Amino acid sequence: MDKFFHSVFLEEENCTGCYNCIKKCPTQAIRVREGKARVISEFCIDCGECVRACQQHAKSSRRHKLKRDLVGRYEYMVALPSQVLCSQFNHLDDVNILLTALKLMGFDDVMEVGSAAEILSEETKKYIAGHQGLWPVINTACPTVLRLIRVRFPSLIDHLLPFHIPAETAARIARRRAMEKTGLPSEKIGIVYISPCPSKVSYVHAPLVMDKSEIDMVLGVKDIYRIILPYLEEAQKQVEDLRTSGFVGMEWGRSGGEAVGLDEESYIAVDGIRSVIKILEDLEDEKIERVQFVELNACDGGCVGGVLNIENPFVARAKLLKMAKGLPRTKREELLPYRPEDIYWEKKLQYEPVFQLGHSFVESMVMMKQAEELKGRFPGLDCGCCGAPSCQAMAEDVIRGITTENACIHILKDRLHTLSKYASEFANNWDADVSNTEEYQNYIETTKQYINKMSRDIEELDNTIGVKKRVRKDGEEHDGKGTSGEEDL
Amino acid sequence: MSEALLSLHYHVSPDDFQTAGEASSDVKNKLKKMGFPPEIVRKVAISMYEGEINMVIHAYGGEITVDIGMDEVRAVLKDKGPGIQDIGKAMEAGYSTASEKVRSMGFGAGMGLPNMKKYSDEMKIDTEIGVGTTVTLVVRLA
Repeated sequence: MDKFFHSVFLEEENCTGCYNCIKKCPTQAIRVREGKARVISEFCIDCGECVRACQQHAKSSRRHKLKRDLVGRYEYMVALPSQVLCSQFNHLDDVNILLTALKLMGFDDVMEVGSAAEILSEETKKYIAGHQGLWPVINTACPTVLRLIRVRFPSLIDHLLPFHIPAETAARIARRRAMEKTGLPSEKIGIVYISPCPSKVSYVHAPLVMDKSEIDMVLGVKDIYRIILPYLEEAQKQVEDLRTSGFVGMEWGRSGGEAVGLDEESYIAVDGIRSVIKILEDLEDEKIERVQFVELNACDGGCVGGVLNIENPFVARAKLLKMAKGLPRTKREELLPYRPEDIYWEKKLQYEPVFQLGHSFVESMVMMKQAEELKGRFPGLDCGCCGAPSCQAMAEDVIRGITTENACIHILKDRLHTLSKYASEFANNWDADVSNTEEYQNYIETTKQYINKMSRDIEELDNTIGVKKRVRKDGEEHDGKGTSGEEDL
Repeated sequence: MSEALLSLHYHVSPDDFQTAGEASSDVKNKLKKMGFPPEIVRKVAISMYEGEINMVIHAYGGEITVDIGMDEVRAVLKDKGPGIQDIGKAMEAGYSTASEKVRSMGFGAGMGLPNMKKYSDEMKIDTEIGVGTTVTLVVRLA
C-alpha cells in the first residue's frame, strides 16, 4: 500500500472549484487546478477539515461497503464499536442494548474498543513512569496526529507513545479470542471496526507502524447508524450482558479522556487540528515544561467530533459522560490476557520530509531563495484565486514547477494594465493623416498585435480562475450530496 | 563564514507576547522546507525564540536578520533597549531582571541567555547601556 494513501478524496463531479477547502486545510494539501480542488497525497493527514468545509459535499472518504464486503465473506465476524458509537443515539442509556443490537444485526461477537483502551491506559502509565527522559510523552490514539508528526515534527517522534490505537489492540485480542472460541483459522474470522473518522481507515490500510493491521474492515459510524436503529428496539426485549469496558475506556471517546485513566495531574489535553499544530510547535521549541503527558486529538472535542459521526459533538460528549457515569472503573480483567504485540508498534515512525522543496539540500535551499524572491512579487493577500492557499504556497508551487506565476490574477491584472496602457498611448499618439500608406499598414498591424496579446492574457485569466460550471452526466440525477462515500478500498 | 544563500528579515513588535515567536517559527518552517536536519532546526528554533522573546520582555522589540548558508545559520537580533547591565549574571541560569508583570505571564524564568548559549554553537553579545543590544547566534551544520 502506498505510504501516502489517504482516505479523504474528491468527488470531482460535485466540486465547483471554490476556495473553501484550500483555506481550511491545515497542511495546505489542496490546490484548485482546472476548476477542481485536488488533494496532494503526500501532504494530506486525513484530518477531515475539508470534509467539514465543503458545502458541495465533494470531499468524502474511502471505506468499506457493508453488504458488498461483509456478507458471506467470513464464517465468524466480530464488531469492534468505537466508544463514540453509543453516544450517537437518543434515549440509549445502556451500552448493552447497542452491543446486543450489533449481534442481532449479524455479528457473531462484539468487543468494545474501550476495553482495549483500558489496557492501553495501564500500559501508558507504566511507560510514562519508565521513560522520564522522553517526557512529555505524546499519545498516539489519533492517527491524524501521527501523520502530522510524521511529516512536520521529526524532532518529536521520540516522544511518541509507541502504542497502537485502541482499535488495533482490540482487533488483535478479538481475533485470538475468536480463534480460541471457534477453532477457525484466522482468515475465516472478520474483524470489523466501526470508526468515527476516516483517519482510522488510513491507519488500517496504509499502516505506518506495523506491517499489517488485524482489522479487516472499517465502517463509518454513519454507515451503520440507520441499519442498526431497528435492531436497537428488538435488542431491548432481551439484553445480553456484553460489556467489556468500564468508564476509563469509555472516556477515551472525548478529549481529555485518555488522561482520566492515567490518574495523572501534569498533563495537557489539546483538541482541534489547529490547536494541535500550535502545541506541537511549542513542544518542539521546548516552551512547555514540567508536563509528563500530552493528549492530542485532531477533531474538536476528540473522537466525538469525528466526521463520520451523526450526532453533534457536544451532545455526543454529554451522552458519553452520562453513560460512563455509574460504570465500574474498568472491566479489562474480563478480556483475554494480552500480549506485548497487541500494544507495541512493530516499527518506529519514519520522518517523511514531504514539505522539503527539492531533492537535495542544495537544491532545496536554492529553491527556497527563488520562492522568497517570487513571493515578494505576489500581493500577499492570500486570496486563493490562483488555487493555492497562500502566496507562500503559490511561490513554492511555481518553483516546484506545478504552476506558473501567471496563475496569480493580480500579476496578470497588472500585466493587462500595462499592456492596455501601451496600446492606448500608441493609439493616442498616432496623428498621421495618411491612409493606405506603408506607415498606416504598420499601425494597423501593431494595433492588432496589442489586441491579440490582450485577448490571450484575458483567456489565461479564465484558465487561472478556472471556475467551471458543474458538469453533469446526461440524464443523471444529482442531489449534490456526493455518491455515498463508499469508494472501493 | 560562507556566503549566505538566503537572508530573512523580521520586525519584532514591543510588548506583544501574542506574536512573539512568529519569527522563529517562520524560520523553523523554512529550514524544514530546505531540508535542514531536524536537530539543527531545533537548535535554531529554540535559541532564536529565546532571543526573540527577550526583545519583547526587555527591549522594545527590534529587528532580526537570519542569514542561511550551506554550513551555518546566523541570526542577528538587534534592539534599542536598555542594554544588559551584567552579562555574567545574565548568563546564570535562573537570574532575571524581568518585571513582576512579565513573570506573572509565565516568562522571565531566567533561562533566556543560558538557553541561547546552550542551543547555539556560537553566541556573541554586544551591549551598551541605554543604547541597545545586538545578539549574534550561530548554529553550524557540521
